[in-house]
Amino acid sequence: MFKSVLEGSAAAPDMMVMVNGVETPAWNGETVASILLRVPNVGRTSPVSGKPRLPYCQMGVCFDCLAVVDGIASTQGCLVAVRPGMRIDIQRGPREIAR
Amino acid sequence: MDADIIIIGAGVVGAALAYGIAKKGHKVIVLDGKDRDLRAARANFGLVWVQGKGSDTPAYTELTLQSSDLWPTFRQELAEAAGSRVDYSRRGGLAFCLSEADYQAREALLERTHNRQRQAYTEMLGRHALERMLPAVTLGNAVVGASYCELDGHTNPLQLYAALLAAVSTLGSQVRFRTPVTAIKPMSGGFEVDTLQGGVRARRVIVAAGLATPGLTDPLGLVVPLYAERGQILVTERLAPMLPLPASGLRQTSEGTMMIGATNEKAFDTGVTIQSAIKLAHRAQRIIPALGSVRLVRQWSGLRVLSPDKAPIYAESTRHAGLFAAVCHSGVTLAAAHAAIVGPAMAEGQLPQNLAAFSNGRFDVQKCA
Amino acid sequence: MTYDVLIVGAGPAGMSAAVQLSRLGLAVVVVDEQPAPGGQIWRGVERNKSGPLSQALGEDYRKGLSLVETFRASPAEYMPETQVWHIEEGWSVFLTSGGRARRVCARVLLFATGAQERPVPFPGWTLPGVMTVGAAQILLKSGGMLPQGRVWIAGAGPLPLLYATQALDLRGQLSGYLDTSGRPGLAALQKLPGAWRDLAGLAKGAGWLRALRRKIEFVRDVKDLRAEGEGRLQHIEWSTQGRRRRVEADVLLVHQGVVPRIHETLALGCAHDWRADQGYFAPRLDRWGETSRPGLFVAGDAGGIGGWSAAMVSGEIVALAIAARLGKGGDVEELRRQARLDDRLAKALALRPLLDALYPPPRERLADETIVCRCEDVTAGTIRAATRTSVPDPNAVKAATRCGMGPCQGRQCGYTVQALLAEVHGVPAGSVAFFNIRPPLKPITLSEIASLEDMETAG
Repeated sequence: MFKSVLEGSAAAPDMMVMVNGVETPAWNGETVASILLRVPNVGRTSPVSGKPRLPYCQMGVCFDCLAVVDGIASTQGCLVAVRPGMRIDIQRGPREIAR
Repeated sequence: MDADIIIIGAGVVGAALAYGIAKKGHKVIVLDGKDRDLRAARANFGLVWVQGKGSDTPAYTELTLQSSDLWPTFRQELAEAAGSRVDYSRRGGLAFCLSEADYQAREALLERTHNRQRQAYTEMLGRHALERMLPAVTLGNAVVGASYCELDGHTNPLQLYAALLAAVSTLGSQVRFRTPVTAIKPMSGGFEVDTLQGGVRARRVIVAAGLATPGLTDPLGLVVPLYAERGQILVTERLAPMLPLPASGLRQTSEGTMMIGATNEKAFDTGVTIQSAIKLAHRAQRIIPALGSVRLVRQWSGLRVLSPDKAPIYAESTRHAGLFAAVCHSGVTLAAAHAAIVGPAMAEGQLPQNLAAFSNGRFDVQKCA
Repeated sequence: MTYDVLIVGAGPAGMSAAVQLSRLGLAVVVVDEQPAPGGQIWRGVERNKSGPLSQALGEDYRKGLSLVETFRASPAEYMPETQVWHIEEGWSVFLTSGGRARRVCARVLLFATGAQERPVPFPGWTLPGVMTVGAAQILLKSGGMLPQGRVWIAGAGPLPLLYATQALDLRGQLSGYLDTSGRPGLAALQKLPGAWRDLAGLAKGAGWLRALRRKIEFVRDVKDLRAEGEGRLQHIEWSTQGRRRRVEADVLLVHQGVVPRIHETLALGCAHDWRADQGYFAPRLDRWGETSRPGLFVAGDAGGIGGWSAAMVSGEIVALAIAARLGKGGDVEELRRQARLDDRLAKALALRPLLDALYPPPRERLADETIVCRCEDVTAGTIRAATRTSVPDPNAVKAATRCGMGPCQGRQCGYTVQALLAEVHGVPAGSVAFFNIRPPLKPITLSEIASLEDMETAG
């Protein structure tokens, strides 16, 4: 849905992150929420309706960018900058917590 | 007369009484206070709870049992009358014990409370039995066992409250919000209740105004000794179902959120403290360590409405017949009894003998004041 | 450790206050949710100082770099990617960062938390593909991201005009612009004389508008916007001049102005006033930026929308007052005069009355099926029904419907609930309160809270 103007340029990505186990290019300054908008089908689903959601506000007030970041669930993706090797996983519906 | 009965206080107690009375065909006017008044009805935990209730007051244990048995029918009729949802389940309830001493104390309490009643409905569970009962949960090492009562259940207290208010209106009675009462004045054949919006008249008056009750009834000689105890509660984000039955201090709602409660504090405001949040979070994690990764969404507090022996007070003024007080802590558990028994009795102007144990006369009022 | 001043927010107001205060030798800490300083206005300004984005983002954006550099060089301690989740009297501020909670203490607190976009629900606004213009601009600033496919902008105010200009400069694709602001009324014209004090600002806005109308489809007087699609945005629909139109769309960016971030000051029980012209609550501040609670200050947009240059000045003003409170001030009235702070503030605010008149808060009636609370999926119809037999008390609605009970704590639905209650009861919006704000200010894990136990017993 979104694409970086830097993506088309010859410059190599600044880093790679793991999105649902798939290696994905990322750029310095980008947040987890921006990855959710660039990579198809990794947004969360509402724990109430089960319907898909994507980041809406990018400034920490809508909570539609929640994701599991390096194992920490319900992280506000728009407030976390990407780091090399970061693991980002989809959060679907109500959380299942580890037994 | 503006109505048959005026109820002062549209909390969960006043609304349940009003619902029960309106169902009998009486016209009720319920007067509610200001938006920011103390509102235990919006702060409570939602247990419909039997175990441990009334350890020193057998009549309270008996009334609790009665209400708990009335709840399934009460809930069904209420949901129909209100046309809204009232989540409720009754699969038993637990009280976790986090040490041997805790376990033994709990066992002793249950024996004292319930042995003189039906014996079969409470039991102590060891850790293994508990694990079989909660297959989706890994218990913390500290959990020794739990007490279990098959009669316990839980509801969504906010749905209950909303449904009671809606049903009162549907049944032709009336709830007047933002109508704080300043005084109750006896007159011939009834009472005039002064409010900031003018006077309202009825043959009988029930004061169910929680902690504000004594301020209205004491001047008329109906002395109601009460004290406040603050309880703080935490609620988490929504989780997939994991706790099939509620526990004292830990219950998963039908929405999936986990409620963690509640503290017992001497305080007179509905503030919250970090100290209590730490204590509650710590205890929840000791019971189910995986809860550590779950996010707290909200913390709040309410003031419990307690009499000196913690049992309800249902009393009629000796000086002014037709003036009643109805105050208690367990407004959710007792809602069914309030609607089916207490409310209609007060509306008829006659508290039955089996409620006599809840009279304010049981306290030495001088000492309590 | 105990700081003299804890500042929440590293935008124009927070940074300028931090620079001033640390210059005076005070121990200052700045806590900010974002990974880098600049606030939303100058988001990513350090990484964009060169490269293709720098030019497109414009001169006002590049102006932020010098303040960011001064702030970085100042002795003020800076904690990025850190959220404030609770505050207790005294002041104890509870923070979380990287999954770890901690407490810091400060003698004075300054909220420079800025603004958020006004959430304006319409049918379909929760569909993937719909987001705010501000969000899209943040994506542009932080990762050079541009929306792909059929991209529509709908709304009112200077920000969508600016964003559209920036996106087109970067060869972004825009299918069209739906202006919901209506024709400027007499009220707006009356504000024009005052606005001349900011001629450059006025000319800039007019320039954006002219250029846009040449380049893309520009639709005026747009009403009854609706987004539709299965699982994602596929169509948008609107009415203009009595006609209904429907187009295919992949991305819809919406904007209806910005409102102060007031959750912190609400939670702390500061007095707030309703600003009817702007349609928001703002904390009641004295002329030095102090709230009704002594020792608690607000600077910048969090105290009422004024934009970045006004925010910088207000940061300086508040810094003077805080320094004086902590015994480092001198004659603050004189300093205020010398630095011509009031003059600069007036100039920075010159365009505001015109903007407020041109872009009043939207007042369209919400369809019953519209989701109002994104967290709990509560619709306008449910809220109307819940309040109809009650009084206009948002906390009663919250209890009855769960609206505002989710993790966003009413940040998305608060003003909509207020408007719906006012509509149903036929009372002015300002007479309806905002939700009670309960802790935590941001959701925090139970283990983070429990981890504070050691600190509590040690302390």
